[in-house]
Amino acid sequence: MKSRDLRLIYDRSAPGHEGYRLPDLDVPEQPLDRILPKEALRAEPPLLPEVSEPEVVRHYIRLSTLNHHVDKDTYPLGSCTMKYNPKLNEDLCRLPGLAGIHPMAPEELAQGLLGLLHRFTGELAEIVGMDTVSLHPAAGAQGELLGIRLIRQYHDHRRNKKKTVIIPDSAHGTNPATARMVGYETVEVRSKEDGRLDLGALREVVNEETAGLMVTNPSTLGLFESEIAEASELLHSVDGLVYMDGANLNAMLGLTRPGDMGADMVHINLHKTFSTPHGGGGPGAGPLGIKAKLEPFLPVPVIVERDGRYLLDSDRPHSIGRLHPYVGNVGVILRAFAYIRSLGGDGLARISRGAILNANYLMKKIEEDYPVAKPGWCMHEFVSTLSWMRKQGVKNIDVAKRLLDHGVHAPTVSFPLIVPDCFMIEPTESESPTSLDRYAEILREIAREVREDPETVKSAPHRTPVRRLDEAGAARKLRVRWRPKPDGERGSND
Amino acid sequence: MLYVGHTPQEEEHLLRTIGVKRFEDLIASIPESMRLKKPIAIPAGESEIEVRRLFQESERRNYDPRVVPSFLGGGIYDHVIPSVVNHIQLRSEFYTAYTPYQAEVAQGTLMTIFEFQTMICELTGMEVANASMYDAGSAAAEAVLLASGATGRRRILVARSLHPHHRAILETYGRPSGLEFVDVGGEEALTPDELRDVLDGETAALLVQQPSYLGAVESLGPLADAVHDQGGLLVVSADPVPLALLEAPGKQGADVVVGEGQSLGNPPSYGGPAAGFFATTMKLVRRLPGRLVGETVDADGRRGFVLTLQTREQHIRREKATSNICTNNNLIALGFTVTLALLGPRGLRKMAEQSLQKAHYLEERLAPLPGIRRQPEGAFFREFCLRLPVPASEAIAKIYAEAGILAGIDLGRVHRDWQDRLLVAVTEKRTREELDAYVEAMRRVVS
Repeated sequence: MKSRDLRLIYDRSAPGHEGYRLPDLDVPEQPLDRILPKEALRAEPPLLPEVSEPEVVRHYIRLSTLNHHVDKDTYPLGSCTMKYNPKLNEDLCRLPGLAGIHPMAPEELAQGLLGLLHRFTGELAEIVGMDTVSLHPAAGAQGELLGIRLIRQYHDHRRNKKKTVIIPDSAHGTNPATARMVGYETVEVRSKEDGRLDLGALREVVNEETAGLMVTNPSTLGLFESEIAEASELLHSVDGLVYMDGANLNAMLGLTRPGDMGADMVHINLHKTFSTPHGGGGPGAGPLGIKAKLEPFLPVPVIVERDGRYLLDSDRPHSIGRLHPYVGNVGVILRAFAYIRSLGGDGLARISRGAILNANYLMKKIEEDYPVAKPGWCMHEFVSTLSWMRKQGVKNIDVAKRLLDHGVHAPTVSFPLIVPDCFMIEPTESESPTSLDRYAEILREIAREVREDPETVKSAPHRTPVRRLDEAGAARKLRVRWRPKPDGERGSND
Repeated sequence: MLYVGHTPQEEEHLLRTIGVKRFEDLIASIPESMRLKKPIAIPAGESEIEVRRLFQESERRNYDPRVVPSFLGGGIYDHVIPSVVNHIQLRSEFYTAYTPYQAEVAQGTLMTIFEFQTMICELTGMEVANASMYDAGSAAAEAVLLASGATGRRRILVARSLHPHHRAILETYGRPSGLEFVDVGGEEALTPDELRDVLDGETAALLVQQPSYLGAVESLGPLADAVHDQGGLLVVSADPVPLALLEAPGKQGADVVVGEGQSLGNPPSYGGPAAGFFATTMKLVRRLPGRLVGETVDADGRRGFVLTLQTREQHIRREKATSNICTNNNLIALGFTVTLALLGPRGLRKMAEQSLQKAHYLEERLAPLPGIRRQPEGAFFREFCLRLPVPASEAIAKIYAEAGILAGIDLGRVHRDWQDRLLVAVTEKRTREELDAYVEAMRRVVS
């Protein structure tokens, strides 16, 4: 296919162009060297593109057309919950009287915003069955960091001598990375044959040095951890705490709650379960729900209500300190609150019900060609294994790339590590039966192709803006910024 | 059913195809004892206009940023946001896309990140920048963790002029892994002499903010020499707008430069989401936290872009990863990139110069008022700190009541000993009329 225009904004730069006009200076101008020491001034200006406004707009619109996105078509990326992002939420988070508020404005001039955040805290705690929520974590991984940091503070406060955090082998990579950041050793515990937590194996590794357990429920294989309450009891018997990774919360709204399973804390990815956009990698938000015994240790400031007024309370002697420069990703939180307010309790329960129905429906539709790794009904996602395709020389990543040719997105193929040639599919509640039927049809067609014409699959994609990209080459010879060509001002490498 | 892709009638069809009678059959693995017996106890869902009304009512209980001139800064600034920015950030193609793991259908996102990385390299004078972090505070924390890993040392010297909230975040991130933080210097620009007693062969890094939280312009070159002499790294937390005029930290010997990208193209949003940036040298690239985009070629040999060096990251390295971060605050970084594309070199310079000039215009009229003095006293950029004869909170309340102006940050809220201090930030958005009205209001407060 014809090569797409992959020029960068720098490639479009031409001397003299400007895309924005500032007002003229309306105060008397002083010479720069009277204001700033000469040695503090830049020797040469930063190299920035010179482009007119229409060209800037065309450039970014052109780039945008190279992306797949939720508003275009199916995006069933397992563990990422790529659901529809309601447009109302985008409008509300941009209201000037909310988006324009500075975090250091006096509290009495931000009562409306603080009130919304306070109310959101209460409703979110109720949804996950916890006593309160910290809004501070800027992302799921920072929610994990806060969780494990609170575990550490809890043990230090009680003078418990703890060393290890237990993590199932099915866990997402952030779990062990986080435990290490907080200074704990990680102990990996094997999963059962069906991918669930192995209570027997857990008993073997839990001891007096166990600080806590990190567990994802439903598991990364999309299965509910039926013995989670027993696991929690086991941890509590050695004064260990249970951290629940809330990545898969979209499976349980209105059905069950982390707080009712014995978990002491759960992080909530607002950009997954609560519909805030992923934005090409962020910003998200990862508030942490906690039980009351951890409340003294929460990061400051905490939004509190006193006599009908909302205040930022930093006077908390046992707090871990600060995690976020202010109170969290408010712009993201406002979107999530609009979602919760739109749906209410019943609506949220319908969301998880829809997600579970869609996942099981799609699983059933494709199971002949894409056998599920572990048998049984799934929750909101399922993991197929594509190992039969190996004899045709086809890997999961090839099927993923072939899906892109059909204008739909691929499932997750890099994870979970415990399933060979995994294919983790999470359709979400947003998909209609028609779109699921179409996705299933595309998958069946690709399976036929794997049998009859594997080369086409192996060399996919064929119809995307660029063909398969050389990732190894990119890492070998690092080119991580635009550079002007040595001979002139243009630096296009096309 | 709101936001659900099927009707109750279609649900029947789904259940039949799956091969179960009731939805409850699918969730049999949830033990009865854990089932929620009653609906979630939050108010019922509301219509679009009702939810909108709730938010608009809240809006009215805040100050109105459209009419109230704000002199609040301290890391979050009120610079112009070109109209184009919101139109681009609101493109579904950008905001409803995921992390660009399937690069063949994510070139748009990858290319904007590549542009962002280039702009950060240019502003900071560094060789490589990542795709962005959560905010400047956590970026600074990740930077000192990197320095500790790279040097095998644990002591971090932190200039007292670092944003106090960022200083606190350092403790949260660094203390559990055994980092030791030593505060150095005072309120004026830091000098190598002040490091003499604490800087030694155990020092992993010196962390300095440029300009400092209280506004002082730091002289980085001599600090870099001093810390490099002892085998440590210089980490700089820099504000991108002043970098239009101030020498790039990379040119002065910085090993890592972090900072906050909110002020270019993004509203304050009560302090989040923001976008930390993180830049370093090619020598340290394998210790870089976060995502990185690289240029490569496709199967036909044509230009393309991918996430690269992913072996540093948590989804591959697990407990040995450089960080647990799996975010690039892309929409915010996109606002930054589009804004700089529009401003270009002259526009950015003009924005920085106007902020600088207007800040000095205001300072020259406030500082001579009775009982007021500026501290620190040295060179400043678009922000300065005043000591007042009255508590800052009182001055702020009076000036707001009388002139409808937000006069600055009450530093008593960040430091117990700073009750009489006001931190004033001035951007190009403030008009001479507003500056003069501010001076008059302050005159009434102190006389």
